[in-house]
Amino acid sequence: MSNYLGNYSLYIALIASVYLIFKSYLDANSENKYLDKNFILITSIQTIMITVSFFSLVAAFVISDFSNETVFNNSHTLKPLFYKVSGTWGNHEGSLLLWLLVLSIFLFIFLLNSRSQDTKYKLLTILFQQIIISGFLVFILLTSNPFKMLYPIPSEGLGLNPILQDPALAIHPPILYLGYVGTSIIFSASLASMISGNIGDKWARHIKKWVLVSWVFLTIGILLGSIWAYYELGWGGFWFWDPVENVSLMPWFCLTALLHTVIVLQKRNSFKEWTIILSITTFSLSMSGTFLVRSGILNSIHTFANDPSRGLYILSFLFILILMSILIFFFNQNKISNKAKENFILSKETAILVNNWFMMFFLSVVLVGTIYPIFLEVLNGSKISVGPPFYHNLLIPFLIPFLIFMSFGPSLKWIKDKLKKFNYNILIIFLVSLLISYVILTKTENSFLLSIPLIVLSIYLLLVTIKDFFVSKSSISQKISHFGFSLLITSILLNGLFSNEFNSNMKVGDERIFNDKVVKLKEVNVKDVDNYKSLKASFEVTNKNSSFALYPEVRIYQQPLTITSEADIKTTLFSDNFLVFNILKDDGYYNVRYQYKPLMIWIWISTIFIGFGGLLSVIRKNEQKY
Amino acid sequence: MSKNIKFLGLLLTLIIIFIILLKGLNVSKDYSNEKLKSKIDFSLNAKKLFSDEIINISDLFDKNSPSVVNIWASWCAPCREEHQFLMKLKDMNINIIGINYKDSPKNAKNFLSSLGNPYSEVITDNDGTKSIEFGAIGVPETFIISGKTNEIIKKYIGPLTSENLIEIKNLLEKNA
Repeated sequence: MSNYLGNYSLYIALIASVYLIFKSYLDANSENKYLDKNFILITSIQTIMITVSFFSLVAAFVISDFSNETVFNNSHTLKPLFYKVSGTWGNHEGSLLLWLLVLSIFLFIFLLNSRSQDTKYKLLTILFQQIIISGFLVFILLTSNPFKMLYPIPSEGLGLNPILQDPALAIHPPILYLGYVGTSIIFSASLASMISGNIGDKWARHIKKWVLVSWVFLTIGILLGSIWAYYELGWGGFWFWDPVENVSLMPWFCLTALLHTVIVLQKRNSFKEWTIILSITTFSLSMSGTFLVRSGILNSIHTFANDPSRGLYILSFLFILILMSILIFFFNQNKISNKAKENFILSKETAILVNNWFMMFFLSVVLVGTIYPIFLEVLNGSKISVGPPFYHNLLIPFLIPFLIFMSFGPSLKWIKDKLKKFNYNILIIFLVSLLISYVILTKTENSFLLSIPLIVLSIYLLLVTIKDFFVSKSSISQKISHFGFSLLITSILLNGLFSNEFNSNMKVGDERIFNDKVVKLKEVNVKDVDNYKSLKASFEVTNKNSSFALYPEVRIYQQPLTITSEADIKTTLFSDNFLVFNILKDDGYYNVRYQYKPLMIWIWISTIFIGFGGLLSVIRKNEQKY
Repeated sequence: MSKNIKFLGLLLTLIIIFIILLKGLNVSKDYSNEKLKSKIDFSLNAKKLFSDEIINISDLFDKNSPSVVNIWASWCAPCREEHQFLMKLKDMNINIIGINYKDSPKNAKNFLSSLGNPYSEVITDNDGTKSIEFGAIGVPETFIISGKTNEIIKKYIGPLTSENLIEIKNLLEKNA
């Protein structure tokens, strides 16, 4: 029943989409002053139909309707309700339906939110957004229909992958999608404004909200993915430079650049073409992300779908969209009025431009590392592997000039700034950060020459952003985001510098001394739980003046024989203590891995600060200062 | 005029990228496929992990029966997970050759002494080039390679699971 409902509402939505494409195209060419009432009506019908379709898939998951192939492949009656629901978007078909749902809801909100805008501009935005929506609808209906029926109806589903049953993973895709799809509105709107010729400060103010919203969701979405990898995969790291992770980072760099550029457009009415190019690039990168992940062209541990017809479709669709935007860009370029403005080297405009260069550089490094292996394989059949050293070697040295720039760029004035008289505050802050870095660096023996300026500058930047809370005139949201960023860089650097681990074989009663801690294996309890055997170890870690316990677990599933290790992590404000153990042979010895990771929690907290700053900027009205 | 040149240049770049990605779609298709029959270059030299002695790769393979090659690293968490299955393969008297990928010899030896050594021989691959010659894209990866024809019979990307064990055993028997 829900299968039919879901399937046919998608067809109705497709009809609505086709109607809207033609209607908006025709109306945009006539000189109508007002938006036809039908647009809101048809768009809401379309949104409702897609919502109905999405929820009928959710319903099929909840009641475990195994006549639906997607449910059969990805769910199981024994799954907790929460994971049945999140299972809806945990697979290829369902996640595309979620994409589509967010696409249509965003268009609907856009229509409600842009009443004061020019009619032609609104019509064209509807047109481009509907082209994207119809593309996705056809893609779903042709190659990945989530409502395929099975007969005879199986009595039990296949999906009960314990690694995917995690709260962070359940909400990670929807949040990330909100970010990705938000960029589609920016894309459609900037193409529309290119044709209707209304790019300027007013348009910038209007589109800035969408940029911010997408950026906040993308930031939080990346954060959640990273948290999942850290806690659930238990590999003891938060970023692996896996292609699938990179794919979410690339639009983030681009969107961060756009976020800064759109402010120049709003304040100074310049950087018009650059804003449009960034809008187009951001969306293309989001779409390419979908292509790379969903087509199976990347060989990553994350990718499972290997259906070349899907890849072909997304690739063609992506290139049609890019081609369309390039055509529109080149043939409407003359509509952009570029009154030559004087640009001074020492001004906020230049500082933002420099920020953009850095973002483009980071983006290119990640882009090359992600897709160059594919290119090389096609071109001459050779295979290369790109790992963390590539990214670290190329990105980290460039953090030094970036951090220097970020410490003074935001406080420059618009148009033209003067070199001020020497500022003693800055000197004091710099000396303090030198002192702190000295104290920090004497505590570690594995310091490289490069880590000295990095630590000094990141602490310097951190202190400057804290100082800005009291001194600078810029907006509070900017201060929070910049403070969050400097905190993030500092935490990552210190975490990388001070993390250490030991690996040893222990039996019950053994003690190992590590740094100035004593790690003791007290006991191992064996218990039979539902469908697995559980070995829960109890460790005691004793410091000079405190002690705490850790309880890692090993689970042995019988059908099929799978052994999973559940790490136990003790998180404090200063550090994470991470302990995982494995069974060796039946001689009473266990392999124990203990990791000490300082400031781990600050990596998450600082990212929340970054996103919170953006959120604040969305909520606060009249945020005119920057 | 210059605008048109820019446009055409961009268009041309786009078309080239499109074609390459299109071909890429087809390449990766037979990547994890059993039809894959690429050969391993047996003339490679490599250093042994435990003795620092340089040997020719062909010496490691038994000419009459297929061997299992496993690419691993001590820093790689999935390798740790799959290790138990490699130990089981060893218990079944299967010859496994290890390639230690971008690792420090000290950590690698620690790893093997604490978890057990399933390999008949381990060669080091400090810069990752040996693994690339095998067509690997990451760690862990496991290959079944015929000693007679140097062909890759089967390739597993990512950690082995308990289901793979039976499959490997069957494949080895079939190709013996």
